[in-house]
Amino acid sequence: MATEEDMAVKEPLDLIRLSLDERIYVKLRSDRELRGKLHAYDQHLNMILGDVEEVVTTVEIDDETYEEIVRVSICDFCISLLRIICYIDESTLPLCSFQTSKRTIPFLFVRGDGVILVSPPLRTA
Amino acid sequence: MVILLLFVDRFSISLAGASLCCCYYCGAVVYQRFCFRVQLFFSYFKELVGKEVTVELKNDLAIRGTLHSVDQYLNIKLENTRVVDQDKYPHMLSVRNCFIRGSVVRYVLLPQDGVDIDILHDATRREARGG
Repeated sequence: MATEEDMAVKEPLDLIRLSLDERIYVKLRSDRELRGKLHAYDQHLNMILGDVEEVVTTVEIDDETYEEIVRVSICDFCISLLRIICYIDESTLPLCSFQTSKRTIPFLFVRGDGVILVSPPLRTA
Repeated sequence: MVILLLFVDRFSISLAGASLCCCYYCGAVVYQRFCFRVQLFFSYFKELVGKEVTVELKNDLAIRGTLHSVDQYLNIKLENTRVVDQDKYPHMLSVRNCFIRGSVVRYVLLPQDGVDIDILHDATRREARGG
C-alpha cells in the first residue's frame, strides 16, 4: 500500500527506492560494473541484485617494446584517466586496449563500500 | 495490556523507544519494546544460515561454503569451505572452516531460494522510510 511517505523523494537514497524491483546499473570500484534487478538495499548501499551481469574491465598494453617502467606507470593510472588520455591523444590508442570479461550471477549480495554509483540502465549507442 | 511477541518481524526497524512492527507470520501489528538497530541485511543473512554460499573477497579469492553464522558487521563464518579456483589460490587447501571479516567481502553469491523476494522488497521499503 503506497503511502504519502513512500511517494516523497526527499534525499538521494529515495531515488534508489524508486528503482526497487527494476533493473539498475551499478558502477563499482576496481573497474567493475553490474547490471541487475534491485531487490534490496540499505543506507550503506549494500544491495541484493537478481539476474546480474558483471563486467570487469582491464587494460592490456599491446606494444611489448615498452619499458617495464612505462607499463607500470600506465597501469598506475586509473582506467578512466587512461580513457581520457586516449581520447585526447589518439596516437596512444594502438598501444593499449581494454579487455572486458563478463559473467552472470543469478542472485548476488554486493557490499556497499565498493559501490561508486547507482543509476537506471544506460542506453548504449 | 500485555502483548506477547511471538514471532517478531525479523526485518523490523525501529526509532528510539517503542515502535510498531508486523508479526512475521500472522501479520498482527504489535508494540516492540526493545530498540533494534537498523539491520536489514543482518536479518537476511541470519535467514540464510545453513545454506551454501560463495563469498568473493576484495582480493578476488572466492570461497564456497555453508553459512554458519553472521554478525552485525556482516562478518561471516563459513563451514566446509572450498576455494573456488584451487589451482590459483593454493593457500587454503586444508582450510575447512573460516571466519571472514565483513569489510573484505566484495560479493556474496546467494542461493535464489533463500528468502522470498517480496519480503525483501517490503523490508527494504520500510527500512528506507525509517532510516
